[in-house]
Amino acid sequence: MALLKRRTNREVEIPTASMADIAFLLLIFFLVTTTIDVDTGIYMELPPPLEEDVPPPEIPDRNILTVLVNAQGDVLLEREFVQIGDIRPFVKRFVTNNGADPTLSDSPDKAIVSFKTERSAKYEQYIRVLDEIKMGYNELRDEEAQSMGYRDYADYRARLQADEEDLVADKYKYRISIAEPDATNPSAAGGA
Amino acid sequence: MSVHFKKTVKPKQSIPTASLPDIIFMLLIFFMVSTVLREVDLQVRVQLPDAEAIQKIEQKRLVSYVYIGPQRLEGNQLGESRVQIDDALVPELTEIRQIMFRRLQDEPRTVISLRVDEESETGILYDVQQELRQAGTLRINYSTKRLIPS
Repeated sequence: MALLKRRTNREVEIPTASMADIAFLLLIFFLVTTTIDVDTGIYMELPPPLEEDVPPPEIPDRNILTVLVNAQGDVLLEREFVQIGDIRPFVKRFVTNNGADPTLSDSPDKAIVSFKTERSAKYEQYIRVLDEIKMGYNELRDEEAQSMGYRDYADYRARLQADEEDLVADKYKYRISIAEPDATNPSAAGGA
Repeated sequence: MSVHFKKTVKPKQSIPTASLPDIIFMLLIFFMVSTVLREVDLQVRVQLPDAEAIQKIEQKRLVSYVYIGPQRLEGNQLGESRVQIDDALVPELTEIRQIMFRRLQDEPRTVISLRVDEESETGILYDVQQELRQAGTLRINYSTKRLIPS
């Protein structure tokens, strides 16, 4: 009788000590084969392709802010050399001019920033200048949201209801035009 | 009653490790969810620049990736700038519009994520953008790392 009792008492367990090792192996596999991808970036809307016969619309010169980057990476704002740090405040002044200065825009709705680089300019500089232009618009949006009583534009957007219109974005629409690039014909060389 | 209590003093105390696999599984699930198991062999070098005016790409399944950078050659050499879409280098730039047009038909809300090496020249970027315009895929995103303003 005592023998039977002892047999039922003994339980056989699968040793689970190596489960942690299996899990570690799987983890290392995933760490090695995957990448935490960079999923941030600057959004842009390309202009639709030019039709052959349709001439481009006439826009008064005052409503266009030309930003040029040459092959050496220098930035020209309205054909004058500027520092990177000058772009943002100038863009803001240009957009919010509302007719005051005759060389600047009529209204934020009509203001267009035309951005163009020489073909041999570095992409890093392209992004830096585009970033400054966009931050100019972003700061305007922040200031507008602050004048409406919010902490910044992100705060305003977060509190926006589903059916409400984004008035701040409507007021300061991104009007950044990536200008038509130069012809790529290499035989037409001899200096850009 | 006291006869039945036989206290055996165990000198060795072991920390219960029964929950260790659970912790590891949690970490594993975190990595599975937050990373991308995309096995795209990058044949071009892409070092992304930094920027401030950036937003997160929402809805990753709408995104098509275009990589532009110097081609990685044998022996750690770098060749000239090439364009890579998915796994393959694009031999002729004019093929891009066909590829992207098909993508647009599959998914009208396609966003093109441009991953361009910071040392590349903007000339090839403009060519690719012309192709994208012809294809009708106008929504693009320049991939950048986040720049912390000083």
